[in-house]
Amino acid sequence: MPGFSKNSARAGWPGLVWSHLRKDLRIEWRSREAINSMLFFALLVVVLFSMAFDPTAATSREIAGGVLCVATLFASVSALNQAWSREIRHQVLDALRMTPADAAALFIAKALANFLFVSVVQIVLGPVFFIFYNLHPLGDAWLLLLVVPLGTWALVANGTFFAALSIRSRNRELLLPLILFPIFLPALLAMVLSVKTILNGDGSDPQLLWIKLLAGYDVLFTTISLLLFATVLDAE
Amino acid sequence: MKKLFLFLITLGVLALMAWGFYQAIYAAPTEATMGDVQRIFYYHVPHGMLSYLFFSINFVASLLVLAWRRSNPARAQVADAWALAGAEVGVVFCSVVLVTGPIWGRPVWGIWWTWDARLTTTLVLWLIYVSYLLVRRFAAGSQTPALAAVLSVFGALDMPINYLANRLWRTQHPSPVFGGGPDSGIKDPDMLAAFGWNILAWAVWGLAVLAIRIYIQRRQQAIDAASASAALAAD
Repeated sequence: MPGFSKNSARAGWPGLVWSHLRKDLRIEWRSREAINSMLFFALLVVVLFSMAFDPTAATSREIAGGVLCVATLFASVSALNQAWSREIRHQVLDALRMTPADAAALFIAKALANFLFVSVVQIVLGPVFFIFYNLHPLGDAWLLLLVVPLGTWALVANGTFFAALSIRSRNRELLLPLILFPIFLPALLAMVLSVKTILNGDGSDPQLLWIKLLAGYDVLFTTISLLLFATVLDAE
Repeated sequence: MKKLFLFLITLGVLALMAWGFYQAIYAAPTEATMGDVQRIFYYHVPHGMLSYLFFSINFVASLLVLAWRRSNPARAQVADAWALAGAEVGVVFCSVVLVTGPIWGRPVWGIWWTWDARLTTTLVLWLIYVSYLLVRRFAAGSQTPALAAVLSVFGALDMPINYLANRLWRTQHPSPVFGGGPDSGIKDPDMLAAFGWNILAWAVWGLAVLAIRIYIQRRQQAIDAASASAALAAD
């Protein structure tokens, strides 16, 4: 089929990513399953922590970064599982496996879609969070725009990868957090500490060491995930 | 003959461990500032070093699993047995590190635990390999070796970070005794001897357990293969 080969030659890497991403975004737009469940879950976690600790302004600056990270973490786990189990119905995953397209493009598209969903949740949740915890950032608040996406990417890139890894196991809902949380720990630490520094404005991290560490973590783990994703997808 | 050989090996390992114990508890001189608590060093540090050895065995075997998975399944199975055994023995050694550390930290630092870079990365290392063993338990069927091998690569990423943690950053954990700069190393020959005997004894012990575990896993693989082909023949 000459037309087919011409088409596939034209559909390069960005094209592949875009078509996977468009599909995922359209499914989410029509169902709103992931965002709605994540949003409500994260809201519940924020409220629960707020009641459990009853924070004053000073303590809330100390713990807010951690609460935000943990709320996103817990909320995204369910959505990450959904992202792949959706593909198992009607054997979509098998069909994707049979296409000659690069598996890494599928991974990047899935990770990007999850990144967008989690970001939407954070954008909606952010103001609520600031109100509930009476936050006034004392440091450079614009740095949050750097730290939060970097931390979110660390979460969704690893989460997408390990959700694909655990998808064919028994009790996969349980397995994903068990693998993801230990791997994500360094990124969580970097994210929490840099958010705390920003909110406190104490200048304890003048060289932005933790943000650099977080960026390094992102680069390293995304690269490894890209390299190994084909293995995970084809593991039979 | 085989039984006699195994008996002699077991005896040798036990004798070596007893000698190591004697060296660490009785023969080595008492440290000037810390006192007898310092003797835990002869267990803590060898176990830390050897856990790197076993996790590295796991890592190399996992890479071989990924390399041979398609081209040579029989060899990939052997590598998988090595990977599993390496992770299990490594987790045991890492657990000993995590238990002996706080026992020493409490009298010397006054606290059981602190979240400095060395301690945190060690805990993360331990958690990752425990999750590796959980994946092996949960992931059913023929894809387990490949999936576990992928996770092992992520675990191995933490090893160099853990190794460098008290070299790059100022940690509460003591700076490295070996390979930490011109001033490092054990100066007292008796202390060095106690350390050397213990690392040898525990290495031999760990490798013996590793060999036994690989043997058991190979038998398990043979049983699984036999029952799979029996099920096929019954159809």
